[in-house]
Amino acid sequence: MRISTDTLRLAVPVASLLLLLAGVFYLQPRAMSYNGLNLLFNLAVPIALATVAQMLIMAVNDLDLSMGTFVSFVACVAATYLHDAPLLGALILLAAIATYAALGVIIYLRNLPSIVVTLGMSFVWAGLAVLILPVPGGTAPEWARAVMISKPPLVPMAIIASALIAVFAHLLIMRSSLGVLIRGVGGNQRSVQRAGWSIIAARASAYALAACFAVAAGICLVGLTTGADANIALRYTLLSIAGVILGGGEFTGGRISPIGAVIGALTLTLAGSFLSFLRISPDWQIGAQGAILIMVLALRLLLNRLESKGGKP
Amino acid sequence: MKTLLSRPWIWSFIAALSVWLATIAFTGGASTVGLSQAALTFAAFSVLVGIGQMFVITLGPGNIDLSVPATMTLAGTVSLKYMDGQSGLILHGLAIAVGVGVCVGMLNYALIKALRIPPIIATLSMSFIVQSAAIWTNRGLRIKPPQALADFTTQTSFGIPNIALLALLISVAAWVLLHRTPYGRWIAAIGQSLPAARMAGIAVDGNRFVTYLLCAILAAVCGYLLACFSGGAALNMGSEYLLMSIAVVVIGGTAVAGGNSNVPGIWGASLFMFLVVSMLNTYGLGAGVRLMMTGAIIITVILLASGRTANLR
Amino acid sequence: MTLPMPPAVLEVVNAAVRFGEVRALDGVSLSIHPGECIGLVGHNGAGKSTIVSVINGGLSPQQGEVFSDGTRLAPYGIGVARSRGVRCVFQELSLCPNLSIIENTRIMHRNLGGFGWRKRAAAIILASIDAIFPDHGIDVGGPVGTLSIAQRQMVEIAMAFSDAGQPPRLVILDEPTSSLDAGLAAQLLAHVRRFVANGGAVILISHMLTEILETASRIVVMKDGKIVAERGAGGFDHASLVEAMGSAATHQTAARRAPAANQPVLELTLPKGQPFRACKGEVVGLAGLGGHGQTRLLLALFDRHSPQWWPIRNPAVTFVAGDRRENGIFDLWSILKNMTAASLGDLSRRGFVQDKAEIDRGDEWKVRIDIRTPDMNNPILSLSGGNQQKVLFARALSTRAPVVLMDDPMRGVDVGTKHEVYGMIRAEAEAGRTFVWYSTEMEEMQLCDRVYVFREGAIVAELTGDAISEHNILRASFEGEAA
Repeated sequence: MRISTDTLRLAVPVASLLLLLAGVFYLQPRAMSYNGLNLLFNLAVPIALATVAQMLIMAVNDLDLSMGTFVSFVACVAATYLHDAPLLGALILLAAIATYAALGVIIYLRNLPSIVVTLGMSFVWAGLAVLILPVPGGTAPEWARAVMISKPPLVPMAIIASALIAVFAHLLIMRSSLGVLIRGVGGNQRSVQRAGWSIIAARASAYALAACFAVAAGICLVGLTTGADANIALRYTLLSIAGVILGGGEFTGGRISPIGAVIGALTLTLAGSFLSFLRISPDWQIGAQGAILIMVLALRLLLNRLESKGGKP
Repeated sequence: MKTLLSRPWIWSFIAALSVWLATIAFTGGASTVGLSQAALTFAAFSVLVGIGQMFVITLGPGNIDLSVPATMTLAGTVSLKYMDGQSGLILHGLAIAVGVGVCVGMLNYALIKALRIPPIIATLSMSFIVQSAAIWTNRGLRIKPPQALADFTTQTSFGIPNIALLALLISVAAWVLLHRTPYGRWIAAIGQSLPAARMAGIAVDGNRFVTYLLCAILAAVCGYLLACFSGGAALNMGSEYLLMSIAVVVIGGTAVAGGNSNVPGIWGASLFMFLVVSMLNTYGLGAGVRLMMTGAIIITVILLASGRTANLR
Repeated sequence: MTLPMPPAVLEVVNAAVRFGEVRALDGVSLSIHPGECIGLVGHNGAGKSTIVSVINGGLSPQQGEVFSDGTRLAPYGIGVARSRGVRCVFQELSLCPNLSIIENTRIMHRNLGGFGWRKRAAAIILASIDAIFPDHGIDVGGPVGTLSIAQRQMVEIAMAFSDAGQPPRLVILDEPTSSLDAGLAAQLLAHVRRFVANGGAVILISHMLTEILETASRIVVMKDGKIVAERGAGGFDHASLVEAMGSAATHQTAARRAPAANQPVLELTLPKGQPFRACKGEVVGLAGLGGHGQTRLLLALFDRHSPQWWPIRNPAVTFVAGDRRENGIFDLWSILKNMTAASLGDLSRRGFVQDKAEIDRGDEWKVRIDIRTPDMNNPILSLSGGNQQKVLFARALSTRAPVVLMDDPMRGVDVGTKHEVYGMIRAEAEAGRTFVWYSTEMEEMQLCDRVYVFREGAIVAELTGDAISEHNILRASFEGEAA
């Protein structure tokens, strides 16, 4: 029973990824190569990291609408301070992670709607990003650049990185005690509390971990693009939410899947390329993303219905 | 005096007044009339979208309409394109703007209901499609509004901007709707407890649907007026109203958790938000600081408001 | 008692808890010794759950002290309670449905961390389930969400008895058998006896008085937040226990009429079992163990007849919720607004709510149902639980709906209020209203004209007139056969 529901949850993202990949190869056979795959999936690495970050927030039944601006902020810091004065840059990023942890605590203690708080925070991050980098520019730290453009034999870097992210996130969130605790808070906060755990600590670590992944996303993004600007990752907010849902996660109840989330991020990146190969007018690119999100949600609903039908004898 | 101070909306007016005085003091009183008229005009636009958003937020936790900016842009674009600068078509243009609002509102609630997803995700996905539709209609052309309409939106009567008078009229209507009709009671009941409202025999779906419709229509009308006021529709004309619409509601003393709304507070908050920005401008501060301040103010107000309700219990 | 008693595992001295106007606990002292199984009985709202919350540290009383092994524990909280070996099985689900049973075990035992914890957790929980429910057939690697209700309850019980280096010393079982069939319940009670014989302590709360009488070594009876009787197991028999609990219903059984052969006003065919039907002027009871489909039937009846999209002027049904906080009151509002929420259509003219009509309506019902408040404009939360419930009754009765659905509406209501409401229900039924009444209290079922007994989502028996008795209802709800 367990295997079948979990596999079913993972089957949809895998199937849609393969379907899209087949579609892209059909439209553009040249993509079927080392360089082609690298180009297709390059930008998926930071998106996958941001998706895992969003997934951690969603694991405790919250939602982060500041993901896009936060990743942009990190990118701006990475392209300036982290390059020019690595120590100061690292300190700024640590402070940002601490801010996230504090947000998690405040949202829980004052029982605030995470949506509104993170929407407010998105302006704070955007403002900081503009202050740091008023015009597009900056330089990526050499090490980040080196990692992102490295060409390992046989398998492109983008695919190796995505697989590593998936495995690491899986071990951290699905296998470790801390991951169990975070998901437990999403599933039934009261019982976790009754077992004597500190909900504050659990939520703070969920938010801090999310911030760590988001910081990694920002650095990867700068490594790829070599420069940054304050609006570089704005669409990550939607992409990360859609990626989690596409990967089999739910908005509430702590039901998430890190491997699914990474696959969801890959699928969404591929969908962008697919749409451009289809020569859909750039006017409708954003709209098509919205439509994809709606379709994914409809599919999820269908799947949940099937599942609840199958679950009841 | 004490009853006045116990009103939740009074604080937003006190804040607005103090910022107004601070700005006047800085400029030495040179721009008192100009500043006040500008404040009233720009506040009026925030009030229009804010009222719609307030009705939605009244429906309870998770109810936020994120499609407001896209709806504004689409309504402004389509109606200006239709009117094509002809004064005879002003009312037709208005009808088209309202029609856009009706469509978006209906689609929004259809998504919420059919896919059973949180309203913010539904309205976010919808906003991408609407935004695409706006890009597609706009095509980068800037069509001038009919002269009569442009004059109406930019001129004053009795020293008060026409737009502000219009917004005042709509505010009064909203107040009556909220406090004097069964509909107002019903949505407040739904916001306090959806299951309790359902068990009290309130037609929950109908009321929520009407509310989302109302919000979209108000956003559309605001987009129509804003496009005429600024001499043409721009693709990013709605963007700053996303946070603004939520911020003025929250700062105005409406409970973020729903069930308790406040029309006068929206005016105080709208004036406050505009005056803060213009004060920061007068002090010569840049966009980054402005963004940060906006975010910080919202988070502070939510924190303070949550403290207020915590004390009540 | 000649031997000196070993020090109590846990002792609560003079605990008092108030929720607003309600005295949930009024100076309760209770000590639990090793090798003891305390049976805790009392009606809903007697304070059983509150004393349990005090013992497990989830609620700190406004007054009173907690001792363990002779030392005072201050401050006392969930963490301290667990370190003293206090475990609790709650009535509602307290596992995380999204986690596997193994992962839930990890959550329950804080000290289980470190490399390879999955293997250890699996061994621990499996040993515990095997010990209590042999042949359970539960896969401990699977998620809790896919288990049946009975299996979940088995896992929760096993979780409480499981030992991960910190053995359980006092296990509180709050209605542990409510979802278990007779065989599983017997296995559990046998385990409780074994556990107690080996020096453990148990507090057993149950509506099934036979379970208490057979298992407990000492029985404590609570009523209105106080302990009213406390004797060794031999000191009670079924009748004296019921008497000690204090019957909530009056013995006005004579007022019950044989159901008239009337036109049914409400009918519903269930997927299995007998169909449901209610006639004009009838009080229909829904009985059986909690969670066996009674509330689902009420909701189905309500959904079928209530508006979704368009307000209707003449609703067919109205609802009185039992869970006031969850789906009854609007806590930001005044008493008056809470009362009129269901009949705003009647109180409006040309689309506007008429203040005067609303105030008049409020004053009328304030007198009729005796809502104890100086001003109907006071916030609803200023009222006691019983009076809040009266407001919900007034809300339902002041509509024009001919049928009133009631979902265990007397939860946590004091005896006085209950009697007033019983009288009102009778009077309204005489006047031609129909009531469909779900309750877990046997006495309330005896006030009904006709009772349907539920088991596993289906109606398994229909009782009328003198056949409505605790004995018949219990028999039907356990045997699942028509009486």
